[in-house]
Amino acid sequence: MTIPQIIFLIVAAVIIGSAFKVVTSGNLIHAALWLIVTLFGVAVLYAVLDAGFLAVVQVVIYIGAIAILFIFAVMLTRKEMRDRGPQLSSAWWLSAIIAVLTFGGLVRMLQAWSGFSKIPVDLPTGFDAVGLLGTALISPNAFVLPFEVASVLLLAALVGAVYVAFNRK
Amino acid sequence: MTIESLIWLIPLPPILAFFVIVLFTNRNKTLSHSVAIGAAFLSWLGGMIVFINAIGVHELGKEPFTSSFNWIPTADTWLKIGVLVDPLSAVVLFFVAWTVLMIFIYSAGYNNFGQPKGDHDQPGLQPHGATVEEHGHKHMVPSIEPMYSRFFAFISLFAFGMLTLVLSDNLLTLFVGWEIMGLCSYLLIGFWYAKPSARDAAVKAFMTTRVGDVFMLLGIVYVYSATGTLSFREIFQPQVLHTLATVPTPILGLSAAGLIGLLLFIGTVGKSAQFPLHVWLPDAMEGPTPVSAMIHAATMVSAGVYMVIRMFPLISLDPRTMTIVAFIGAFTALFAATIAVAQNDIKKVLAYSTISQLGYMIAALGSGAYVAAAFHLVTHAFFKALLFLGSGSVIHGMEHGVLHTGKHVDAQDMFNMGGLRSKMPITFWTFLIGGFALSGFPVITAGFWSKDEILASTFNGHTAVFVTLAIAAFLTAFYTMRQITLTFLGEPRTEAADNAQETHWTMTLPLVILSIFAIGSGWVGIPEQFPGLGGLIPNWFHEFVGSTLVEIPAAVPFNLVPLLTSLTVALGGLLIGWLVYRNVQTAKEDLLQIPVLKNKWYIDEIYDLIFVKPAYWFAETFVYKFMDKGVIDGSLHLVGKATASIGSTIRNYFDLPVINRFFGDGTSIVIKWIGNKLRPIQSGRIQQYMLVTLLVLLVIAGLLYYLLAMV
Amino acid sequence: MVPLSWYLILSAALFSVGLFGVLSRKNAVAILLGIELMLNAVNINLVSFWRYGDVTQMAGQVFAIIVFAVAAAEVAVGLALVISIYRRRNTVIADEIDMMKW
Repeated sequence: MTIPQIIFLIVAAVIIGSAFKVVTSGNLIHAALWLIVTLFGVAVLYAVLDAGFLAVVQVVIYIGAIAILFIFAVMLTRKEMRDRGPQLSSAWWLSAIIAVLTFGGLVRMLQAWSGFSKIPVDLPTGFDAVGLLGTALISPNAFVLPFEVASVLLLAALVGAVYVAFNRK
Repeated sequence: MTIESLIWLIPLPPILAFFVIVLFTNRNKTLSHSVAIGAAFLSWLGGMIVFINAIGVHELGKEPFTSSFNWIPTADTWLKIGVLVDPLSAVVLFFVAWTVLMIFIYSAGYNNFGQPKGDHDQPGLQPHGATVEEHGHKHMVPSIEPMYSRFFAFISLFAFGMLTLVLSDNLLTLFVGWEIMGLCSYLLIGFWYAKPSARDAAVKAFMTTRVGDVFMLLGIVYVYSATGTLSFREIFQPQVLHTLATVPTPILGLSAAGLIGLLLFIGTVGKSAQFPLHVWLPDAMEGPTPVSAMIHAATMVSAGVYMVIRMFPLISLDPRTMTIVAFIGAFTALFAATIAVAQNDIKKVLAYSTISQLGYMIAALGSGAYVAAAFHLVTHAFFKALLFLGSGSVIHGMEHGVLHTGKHVDAQDMFNMGGLRSKMPITFWTFLIGGFALSGFPVITAGFWSKDEILASTFNGHTAVFVTLAIAAFLTAFYTMRQITLTFLGEPRTEAADNAQETHWTMTLPLVILSIFAIGSGWVGIPEQFPGLGGLIPNWFHEFVGSTLVEIPAAVPFNLVPLLTSLTVALGGLLIGWLVYRNVQTAKEDLLQIPVLKNKWYIDEIYDLIFVKPAYWFAETFVYKFMDKGVIDGSLHLVGKATASIGSTIRNYFDLPVINRFFGDGTSIVIKWIGNKLRPIQSGRIQQYMLVTLLVLLVIAGLLYYLLAMV
Repeated sequence: MVPLSWYLILSAALFSVGLFGVLSRKNAVAILLGIELMLNAVNINLVSFWRYGDVTQMAGQVFAIIVFAVAAAEVAVGLALVISIYRRRNTVIADEIDMMKW
């Protein structure tokens, strides 16, 4: 067990555990908070994977915006401040079976892939991941187009969300 | 133009006249009669040219004018039709052309051309007079016939038919002409079609002659099937005749020739009104008088005799047929004469007289007197036409008297006449000449010569026929004189007769011309051995017409007995007739008004009982009620009912339960049930949708993975 | 030296948990939470493929950034819809929003 492996296992346990709590928690606020924990774990994972920029973006965007948005949404859609009844539907066992089967199937299929047990290559010294990422995002030979389209998408989502949720008096 | 081409053209003007009048000039009376009389004149002209040429040819019988062409293709030969002018048809053409022209001219006057339209005249009825105002007072005058053009159209068509018949060289076109004349006879007898008696008479004439025509057609068919030709000259080849004479037939033991001859003769029995098919001719007097003259005296009834004369070489082959022919002819001659003595209508007397005279000709033929029959045919045409036209003139004079006095008497009843000699002189003298010709007044009338020849021919070997004809000749003279006496002599018996007037020149001119022929046409046939006059003029007629046959018949050996008999019966009959009837004033005084004779020996009533009533019964009860309504309609109704029941069975047992309910409704019910069962799948709940989707996805993915992995 | 397989198994597990949440939670907002988990699992996958493949190829990271953007947009619109439905129907329970049935 090398250090990276131990770190990985701890982070993985945190992620899975909190994810589990997200989906089973009776109180929605609790669920949202557990989501934040999960997202933190994922951010740590990004950092381990030498994708520093993404780790920061994860924290800022996911946790700072989306999770907060969830909390607002839960607040806006409560009739009373008390929790009511079980939060899982009656056919949750079927969903569990399906989830397990999905997991099994995915793993099974991935096992057949040759590159399944790859070892990471050491990064070259002076490797500027962020710089390369930035260049890739705005370089016409690379991914400037998806980048711009994504911004258009966000605009559309913005307009759409405002329109849908607009409270006409 | 050759003579043969001219012969083809002779029948053409009348048929063109018929079409022109019907299509174009129907409304214009002057134009119509001009077209018709012009056409008759052209045919007359053509006929005279042909006749003059024909008599100039030596041995015309051996080399007649003939022209024919192939018409219908049969298996390996052609049926030919064409024209033929041999001596027989030349003389017949002569009298046909003259009488037709005379009658056409007469018709213009008879139909009152130039007179005003009648007061109440309708097409379909006789004209009844028009009121005119003259010198301040009104009186009635004869009015013009409303259907003037129609009359001329029909008689033109008739002339065409007769000329076709006379000039044809084969039985087929002869029959065509025969039938056309039958049609015209029907149309013209029923000319005044609004009169019920005229309509009935037309139908009677047509049906009776039709009976004869059917047998004649059988004869023609038999000729064709036995010889393969219908052309006279080919049938009369010696080999053909010999074959026909020797082939036996199963009927009455006759040879083929005899049977054919009998069948053809039956056609003549119908057409020339011999017993037993004579019943139509007296009723045919319903037609206008020119019609009676032309059709029922001079031409159409003569056509029957002409046909027998033409087929003489064939008919004469079998003695039994000849016996039948002679018997019917002689019997008819006497039979009709007995009826004629009891008739009061001026036209009916002449009708029975015609029947009787035709019987003479037929009897002569049956006795083998070929030339005598032809001779009498020619002379009879002239004097009978003359007599009929004369009677028409008398009737017109009487009509004038009726209109003048306003008293309605039957203008045709002889007992209403009398003393017309002074009122209508031309009519009287011409009628007298005609009547004497009919009676056989010696030497100066044509009838004497022809009748004498017949009596002379039958005297040798056919004594029964001779005696019968002699008695009939006596009766003929008797009733003719009766007729003349009652009509013209004595004092007028009614006011109408007193006011009678001579008729228009268009009527009297033909009378005069025909009377010239009635006198002169006999002189061409004076026998060589006649005491005194014989030999002065050669017996041209005998030589000429006799040469039609292969061998000219021998001239009849002269015998005093027939000559004396003929003189006695003729003069005796005339004298007795005059003596008896000059004192008879009314029908009651007439001793010969015996019911049996007056009622024509009740033949019409017998036919009604035997033929007409059963036919009506058959048609009404059997065919109509039983067959038509019962059987035919019944089976149709049955078919209808069966079809309807089949249809309703199919509907109720198959269509409704199986197709409608089982298939139709059933399909929808099943689909509805399936739909109902499938409904809950779409619950509107997203998570359920996702569950189902993922389940299916997993299943498919698994299948694909494992299947592909195995491969 | 963490083999790639560990990251992939982790990502598969996270994805399954998220799937379970989507399929079995009553509350509509909780369903969206599950969706977020699934999207994160995808991102983990993408970044680990970037790291364990050719590092100079930025496609993995770029894709992950695009996924971020899409996730954000989708959450925004989704929650707007949920709020809008809550205003109309006064409920956020997924099973009660079934107007689109048969």
